[in-house]
Amino acid sequence: MKKIHALIAAIVLAASSAQAADVTLLNVSYDPTRELYKNVNAAFAAEWKAKTGDNVTINQSHNGSGSQARAVIDGLDADVVTLALAYDIDAIAQKAQLLPANWQKRLPDNSTPYTSTIVFLVRKGNPWKIKDWPDLVKPGIHVITPNPKTSGGARWAYLAAWAYAEKKPGGSKEAAQKFVHEIYAHVPVLDTGARGATTNFAQRGIGDVLLSWENEARLAVQEEPGKFDIVYPSNSILAEPPVSIVDKNVDRHRTRKVAEAYLQFLYSKKGQEIEAHNFYRPRDPAILAAHAKDFPKITLYTIDDVFGGWTKAQATHFADGGVFDQIYKPSK
Amino acid sequence: MRSAAISSPFARLRNPSVLPGFGLTLGFTLFYLSAIVLIPLTALLLKPWTLGWSGFIAAITEPRVLAALKLSFGGAAIAAVVNAVFGLIVAWTLVRYRFPGKRLVDALVDLPFALPTAVAGIALSALYASNGWLGGPLSLLNIKIAFTPIGVIFALIFIGLPFVVRTLQPVIADMSAEAEEAAATLGATRFQTLRRVVLPALAPALVTGTGLAFARAVGEYGSVIFIAGNLPMKSEIAPLLIIIKLQQYDYEGAAAIGLVMLAASFVIILALNLFQSLLAARR
Repeated sequence: MKKIHALIAAIVLAASSAQAADVTLLNVSYDPTRELYKNVNAAFAAEWKAKTGDNVTINQSHNGSGSQARAVIDGLDADVVTLALAYDIDAIAQKAQLLPANWQKRLPDNSTPYTSTIVFLVRKGNPWKIKDWPDLVKPGIHVITPNPKTSGGARWAYLAAWAYAEKKPGGSKEAAQKFVHEIYAHVPVLDTGARGATTNFAQRGIGDVLLSWENEARLAVQEEPGKFDIVYPSNSILAEPPVSIVDKNVDRHRTRKVAEAYLQFLYSKKGQEIEAHNFYRPRDPAILAAHAKDFPKITLYTIDDVFGGWTKAQATHFADGGVFDQIYKPSK
Repeated sequence: MRSAAISSPFARLRNPSVLPGFGLTLGFTLFYLSAIVLIPLTALLLKPWTLGWSGFIAAITEPRVLAALKLSFGGAAIAAVVNAVFGLIVAWTLVRYRFPGKRLVDALVDLPFALPTAVAGIALSALYASNGWLGGPLSLLNIKIAFTPIGVIFALIFIGLPFVVRTLQPVIADMSAEAEEAAATLGATRFQTLRRVVLPALAPALVTGTGLAFARAVGEYGSVIFIAGNLPMKSEIAPLLIIIKLQQYDYEGAAAIGLVMLAASFVIILALNLFQSLLAARR
């Protein structure tokens, strides 16, 4: 009898240790984070191996933030989601109940370990002398930005333009609506995602200015030096791309511990350093200060201050029949 | 018993052919078509009605939806007509003449079938963008193709071509040149021969091929999306609008557009089929 018990114990032990030795996580993210998470994943895997002896493999999935959220709702087995805006993770919480509604309170800084902003990418030498938001609506200028209905980055860009026009001296909501309307009248191509818009601007030579994620702009300059300049407008928006574990999925996969450690790693010194290297603004003040020359200081409005949070901004601006749809209403 | 079996309405169904296996193959055909085609379509048919009738009508009569449907169907129709004309010429040339490199040209026709549509779209937009090989010179003439509705039509022409050519080729190959020779000896001009002898013989196949090209073009997404520009009311195709609706978790609105596209395509293809059998019967 004892022998059998020992045998069973040995088998269970062997099985459990075999199971723990190899863990796989799926990180479902948005378009421009490919390079960032490639670096993060390698660093985290090394650290996890050193700490626990387990091998962790992190698979990445990238697409427009909205379509990634929909994929998770429709059953894509994400352990963690790292999306472009809180509204998309809210949608997963609401529509599929895969994580609690208060998910954003579980990690520091609204569950956003790094931030970014929207900047202007212009052709080398800035031939149109684009310096700030009002320059975008000068006659003859073509502005490239994706469709805010499908692209997270485009939503931030739209809100940045709006915040500028509402908050400038003498600005108002009406002025902001008019200004945003004018900008989209200068948009010749409305791509579905940030990468498509960047490709159109950088490779196809479409347009004079690209409203871009700061990190996308930096990447474009790094990859093709001498072709583009980055222009920082006088103010922009504080883009907060949030992260969360997907509770129901990690509990089913029994990966909660490693998934939580993975997200914590994004806040660690090492993680923040990697984010800064990939042109995301780290939350850690010391690391941000060390990279100060990479991240010019400009006034950054938050979505809570100007728009009262994502749920409200989404309903007012991007829902069907919202302010954005009014722009493309045929004039009667 | 036997006489009862013969007089039953199924008797005709049961004995149409000397070939065995009718019941088995019919059963298989019905099962297969149901599983592959009908069940997914039923899901599409059922989804939009959660909106209610008025909600459904509202969803599909939005100006933006109507504009997108107009572009998808209009663009597909123009592309199909263009392909009908030039596809006929290509098919004719490939069957009737011999020239060096003929096999290569013949293989080229299949390229739009084989190429992933996204690759085709990226290639076309790179070619026709204002810094592309063709788009550059054209933009000097102030002609813009990429990111306009014309770009959409170009992409649809590209993907539709093989349908017309591949449907016509075997028919042209089967057509004996003797009929044309006879027409010529009876004093018909070349144009008369073409109009009275050649085209009537090819018409049913031409209609089928054009119909296929049209049907394919209506639903085309991958190759169009890169060259369309995607501006609401201007260069936004219906399949993109479906994707955008899905992105906003508006599954019903997306299904409503899908259902309209399905119904319209079905009616058009049915009409083309009737027309085609009418043409075939007249011969």
